[in-house]
Amino acid sequence: MPSHVSRRAAALGLVVAGAVAAAGCNRASASRLGEASDAAQRVYVPPGKYDEFYAFMSGGFDGQIGVYGLPSGRLLKHVPVFSQSAENGWGYSEQTKPMLATSYGFVPWDDAHHPELSQTDGVPDGRWLFINGNNTPRIARLDLTRFETEEILEIPNSAGNHSSPFMTENSEYVVAGTRFSVPAPQKDVSIDDYKEAFAGTLSYIKVDSATGHMAIAFQIRMPAFDYDLSHSGKGPSHGWSFFTTYNTEEGNSKLEVNASQKDKDYIAAINWKLAEQCVAQGKATTEPARYAHNLMGDDGIARTEWGTSVKVLTPAACPGLAYYLPTPKSPHGVDVDPSGEYIVGGGKLATVIPVHSFSKMQRAIADKAFAGEDHGIPVLKYEATVAGEVQNPGLGALHTEFDDRGNAYTSMFLSSEIVKWSLKTFKVLDRAPTYYSIGHLMIPGGDSRKPWGKYAVALNKITKDRYLPTGPELAQSAQLYDISGDRMKLLSDFPTIGEPHYAQALPASLIRDRQLKMYNLSANKDPWAAKNEKTTRVERKGSVVHVVMTSVRSHFMPDKIEGIQVGDSVYFHLTNLEQDWDVPHGFAVLGNNNAELLMMPGQTRTLAWVPSRAGIFPFYCTDFCSALHQEMQGYIRVSPKGSKVALKWNSPSYAAGAEQHDRDEHGEHGEHEEHADHNGDEGN
Amino acid sequence: MTRISRIAVALASLILPAVFLAPLWRIQLVAPQYPEGLGLRIWVDRITGLKPNDLNSINGLNHYIGMRPIDPAAFPELRYMPWLVAAAVVAGLLVAIVGRRGLLYTWAVLFTIGAVAGLGDFWKWGYDYGHQLDPHAAIKVPGMSYQPPIIGSKQLLNFHATSWPGLGGWIAIAALAVVVGAAVLEWRRARATRTVALGMVRPVEASA
Repeated sequence: MPSHVSRRAAALGLVVAGAVAAAGCNRASASRLGEASDAAQRVYVPPGKYDEFYAFMSGGFDGQIGVYGLPSGRLLKHVPVFSQSAENGWGYSEQTKPMLATSYGFVPWDDAHHPELSQTDGVPDGRWLFINGNNTPRIARLDLTRFETEEILEIPNSAGNHSSPFMTENSEYVVAGTRFSVPAPQKDVSIDDYKEAFAGTLSYIKVDSATGHMAIAFQIRMPAFDYDLSHSGKGPSHGWSFFTTYNTEEGNSKLEVNASQKDKDYIAAINWKLAEQCVAQGKATTEPARYAHNLMGDDGIARTEWGTSVKVLTPAACPGLAYYLPTPKSPHGVDVDPSGEYIVGGGKLATVIPVHSFSKMQRAIADKAFAGEDHGIPVLKYEATVAGEVQNPGLGALHTEFDDRGNAYTSMFLSSEIVKWSLKTFKVLDRAPTYYSIGHLMIPGGDSRKPWGKYAVALNKITKDRYLPTGPELAQSAQLYDISGDRMKLLSDFPTIGEPHYAQALPASLIRDRQLKMYNLSANKDPWAAKNEKTTRVERKGSVVHVVMTSVRSHFMPDKIEGIQVGDSVYFHLTNLEQDWDVPHGFAVLGNNNAELLMMPGQTRTLAWVPSRAGIFPFYCTDFCSALHQEMQGYIRVSPKGSKVALKWNSPSYAAGAEQHDRDEHGEHGEHEEHADHNGDEGN
Repeated sequence: MTRISRIAVALASLILPAVFLAPLWRIQLVAPQYPEGLGLRIWVDRITGLKPNDLNSINGLNHYIGMRPIDPAAFPELRYMPWLVAAAVVAGLLVAIVGRRGLLYTWAVLFTIGAVAGLGDFWKWGYDYGHQLDPHAAIKVPGMSYQPPIIGSKQLLNFHATSWPGLGGWIAIAALAVVVGAAVLEWRRARATRTVALGMVRPVEASA
């Protein structure tokens, strides 16, 4: 297949023109919509009924995860992961701030790309969801009983953590590769020394099967290519990982052209079981590294542990560890079919979809069917590994998912369509237009051994005219297709938050009944928790003031505080005393430069505040909690620094302390006691 | 007493301890924002929520209308009711063993009085809780009181309250029915026997 850059450029131009023409006349969509005349019924979930699937969509540049119901496309939750969320205090509260610690300091945002569900026997098990932070290399783990981020692990020697996180069949490892090669370990060199000084790092992160806790087991130091996407083998190919590469040209600028010269780039096949053996045999070197490992404790407090070293393995030290499968051209996705036999490359600049065979690859390795070596890594002959090529699939193949009937579905960015093809004949069976320019696509369980092949979701990159316009910036557009029949049918469009790059979905029944409804107050281990109103208090230690406060429908205790001074570091420790489902309370104080808080029932959260001026500062509940929510408010008096105004608050502890200190200047004992009596019912 | 009556009364006594294993009464509260419901279970020796935190939640909600918190420690009945049940078991067994009709009548009357008194006491607590409201309560509806029904349903502001015997309550009711039923049958039989005796016919069977 000769390379003709100019011809390809012309082809891209034609495709763009063609897409516009198709959009203009809507010929294809009209026939598609005609086919799905029952589309409204198919996506309608009656009031009070539940969706069949949970879908987890990465937020892209918003750094979070959107949880949607399928087939309705309804947004169920926006889970904060890498980005601070002023809505509930994620990354602002003292308990959650350590989650965003990195070796670069506090990084309160990221670009989150690929959600990946934990698996057992190659099937999503609904225990955890992993997602990568692309910009500051990190992997996060969410607990799916709480839909909260529980752990974030930084990855050293990486930059652009894009080919991540992809699970092995039994969640043995989360695999993470670097998209941008950088010097490893980092150093100050000329960018022109790219070929000599840069390296690509593939990380294998061990997942504890009981707790889900992550630890970097080893890193494989590879040539300085761009490792774009990955998937792990399954079934017969379990034990191998596959990474697409681009820029095997090793350009270091203007990659748009310089990384598009070669006819074929590679899929790197990594034998990670062999890597385990080599590491066990001491063939890896231990190198110093510094990286943050942030873990939410069972006391609800996140802590950072600092990693100090990583084990680094090179292909030279472990022969047989890595092979290259030539793959046309600048491939994006690398996707393994449910049987584990076929490895599909999404050659985004290729004119075919190449399908490698794992069994052929094994034979080629045994027969040493090598076309040569690249950086000492054997390059297998294309003909020796390829099982077939899907001809005329469209243009701009990015990513492939699978159903449970032997079919593959590939997203075509440039021709803006989903192409369905057969894993038996490698022939195109059907195509459905997308609006517009689909990136990834997702079938529930579609990258696992057991796809639930009822729906496909197109995650489109361009929205344009699909919804009521909202100025220059538009929501991203997802589209739901019924793929249960011979022909794909477009059912609905729905806007999504951020830019979902990839998504995962699984039957709701796997996690619906395991949801935590509240935190057990009596098991609250936060050292600043007040488990009843009697223990609420205000403590001053120098210029640090701790306000240990409770919230319950519909008041704070205490709700009247004096004796705070300008410049104090005030920590509000709020414990939500409720033990009732869906009764969070909020907390906000006038002029706070930090954020607000949401406390779930039974939970303690701490918000810092440094008052900058004297005066009266109201605080209030921000989460409408009850008929008397508006009354759920209080006042703080802030006096100038060095003021003689004594520390004073209205809760039982102050009344008790005041008697001891004989504070006859304050005639408010009666009020304190009355308040205490009035709220005695909360002690139960 | 016939053998059948004695066995029935003995069995009624022996099933009575089941009230320690199942609640006597249950009150279910459903509101628009509590579709899953809140509930109370009244046991012979304790009051609990239907779900782990229901009692706490009900108390939290009740403070809006100024109702006193339901504190199981405030009910002396919960301390002596277990002894009353134990006494009832012993009494019933004694009646069955001794087998004298007079004792059975006495026991049936006492058991009935006890049950009625228990329900009356329950009603009184409900009345007090529903009417003795904090005058400083946030929500005051003129003329409104919040006494839950003993049996049946009632709308209390946004809550629909339904009260019904629990399994333990049904067992106690069944035991009472057996004892009263046995007493009635014995009384009828005794009257018939006396009639036969007056007709100078030899009694067919001796009363045991």
